[in-house]
Amino acid sequence: MFEYLLFSLLNTLVLGMLFFMLSSGLTLIFSMMGVLNFAHASFYMLGAYFGYQISAVFGFGPALLLAPLAVGVLGALVERYGLRSVHKYGHVAELLFTVGLAFIIEEAVNLIWGRNAVTYPVPNFLDFSLFTLFTTSFSAYRAFMLLISVGIFAGVYLVLTRTRIGLIIQASLTHPQGVSALGHNVPAVFMLVFGGGSALAGLAGVIGGIFLITEPAMAATLGPIVFVVIVVGGMGSLTGALVASLLLAAIQTFAVGIDVSLGDIFARIGFQMSPGGLLKDLWRIKISHTGPILPYLFMVLMLMFRPKGLMGKRES
Amino acid sequence: MLRRWLLSLTSVALLMLMALPVMAADTIKIAYIDPLSGAFAGVGDAGLKHFQYNAELINAKGGVLGGTKLEIVPFDNKTSAQDSLIQLKNVIDQGIRIITQGNGSNVAGALIEAVNKHNERNPGDEIIYLNYAAVTPAFTNEQCSFWHFRFDAHVDMKIAAITDYIKEQKKVKKVYLINMDYVFGHSVSDASKAMLKEKRPDIQIVGDTFTPMGKVKDFSPYVAQIKASGADTIITGNWGADMSLLVKAAKDAGLKAQFHTFYGGGLGAPKAIGAAGIGILNHVTEWHINLNHEEKNKQDEEFFLGYQAKYSGGGEVPYYYGRIRTQMQMLAAAIDKAGSADAKAIALALEGMEHETPYGTVTMRAEDHQLIQPLYISVYAKAGTDKVKYDAENSGVGFSTVKRIEAAATAMPTTCKMARPSK
Repeated sequence: MFEYLLFSLLNTLVLGMLFFMLSSGLTLIFSMMGVLNFAHASFYMLGAYFGYQISAVFGFGPALLLAPLAVGVLGALVERYGLRSVHKYGHVAELLFTVGLAFIIEEAVNLIWGRNAVTYPVPNFLDFSLFTLFTTSFSAYRAFMLLISVGIFAGVYLVLTRTRIGLIIQASLTHPQGVSALGHNVPAVFMLVFGGGSALAGLAGVIGGIFLITEPAMAATLGPIVFVVIVVGGMGSLTGALVASLLLAAIQTFAVGIDVSLGDIFARIGFQMSPGGLLKDLWRIKISHTGPILPYLFMVLMLMFRPKGLMGKRES
Repeated sequence: MLRRWLLSLTSVALLMLMALPVMAADTIKIAYIDPLSGAFAGVGDAGLKHFQYNAELINAKGGVLGGTKLEIVPFDNKTSAQDSLIQLKNVIDQGIRIITQGNGSNVAGALIEAVNKHNERNPGDEIIYLNYAAVTPAFTNEQCSFWHFRFDAHVDMKIAAITDYIKEQKKVKKVYLINMDYVFGHSVSDASKAMLKEKRPDIQIVGDTFTPMGKVKDFSPYVAQIKASGADTIITGNWGADMSLLVKAAKDAGLKAQFHTFYGGGLGAPKAIGAAGIGILNHVTEWHINLNHEEKNKQDEEFFLGYQAKYSGGGEVPYYYGRIRTQMQMLAAAIDKAGSADAKAIALALEGMEHETPYGTVTMRAEDHQLIQPLYISVYAKAGTDKVKYDAENSGVGFSTVKRIEAAATAMPTTCKMARPSK
């Protein structure tokens, strides 16, 4: 049992930190520009494919550096030449723009790398098990993922709270007009944040593409969960995104181990549910089956009772 | 003036309409109804190429009926039952009376019903449906139809093959079942439980888990469950990302169990899983890319390399469906035997037909229209060695045969009570 708990905890951390890397950029972009960037997960996918391509030629080390950089530059260009021109037509236009962009990126990936998954293996120097406790081993690659994502969190946190640029970004989050009036170039800050957020997603892609599968559907499978993270965590809150990421990963990871159904729970507190009737399927469902949908349930509840999220600052 | 214009246009259109059936008679058309867009487009596209390749080979040898060529006409159904029925209307309107489909038992079920209905209402103008991959057992049992022929081994047959192998493995003590939560996954689970109980009552089934289809990102929690159960063997019908992610997570956690799968060896899995599957990932198929080398079958090797050169995109999507060759060759033989491309005549000719494949005789069982063929269990192995010549999907990983299950041993009893048309 201890073994199971410990490794579930470790897996929660690995998955949670991957969610965080993806959502940190998105939550900053959203709170700053008011744009729900539907293409964010597509940048994650691009990061994975760039990482795959670069590591096939130059190795994993350069890929880890170059791929996020390339995605970041691409993100900045998208903001500068795409999003900024549709900005004047309002948020709906921006939203539609990002939706279209997501489709374009997916089709481009299909055209360039094909519809099937690509072979993107764990790099040799990380392909061993770091430690074995009892009978389960923990792979060095998972530890490496954890290390990178914790480093990123620390880095982003320090930049946002301890530097001048961070100060301006924070100010533009809540009072863009005021910051502009003080003589700062707010559009440039937007471009920086969009590029930086995309680069974070790209980095998540480079390491997540190995951990999960690098295929054209990867953006679509991870996209929705990232939205859940930022809604639950609170728009614009980095700490909120971290807490929500870990929470959602924990829900998913631990729910799998709970092998009881709703009917069992009611039976324990004294209500015997009849095995027939209209609701019979509802009583039969086991918690372990519902793991992957629980985050969405959580999001709905959060929107109902605390719309600003766990640590959000704004109601809207 | 306008009137004359319209008149001549109409007459041209009429002439063209009359000319169409004449042109159609030049080739015998086979409608391929499978996903060519959407999430499973890759799989559907690969299947289409298999059919085109096999049709080409038959045409190169002079086609059927002394010179008539076969032609594959693709229809995109987006893996949806509704779209398939719309496409079936198209197929019928275009005068095509031979259809084939494989991806998704939900689609296959809808097509069987629609074909039955059409054939009942249009005697003399029937459609024949050749199923190359939808494996729900019902289609050749309680739901069987005279117009439906299945060339893939169904779930129970594949599980029979896997359990036959497990029966001999004395070290197997605990089996874990993990499947996708839909009708196919449940039938894999049910069949495994029933057959293990019968063949190895001493084996303990330590887990029977269903996962939501395509929703799980990290399978580590499931793998932790499997580890905690102490299982030494896993049986799964998972496919696509659910297959690859499971094996990857198992490798990360150092799980030392054998995986027995249906779809671990093709359609993107070798590429995604790669070396992580070596020695532990088994799959049950009627053919695999290293079989020609193991059996020293030059003719099959040529067949395989021909496809690789022309259709595989440089080896990215290699030949996978051995049964499509069997299906196309048996169809050609049936057309020749019947002396016409009439659906009813083909169906009657196919019933009970025996056919020589490179790896043994196969039979289209007359009572339920299920092809009975030898199956192979093979395991991931490093490619480029003496034993394993070819790799799958340029992954560096190929397959090595573990066991051959003879055709007779895979045959399952059927409950089919088929309504046959009068001859």
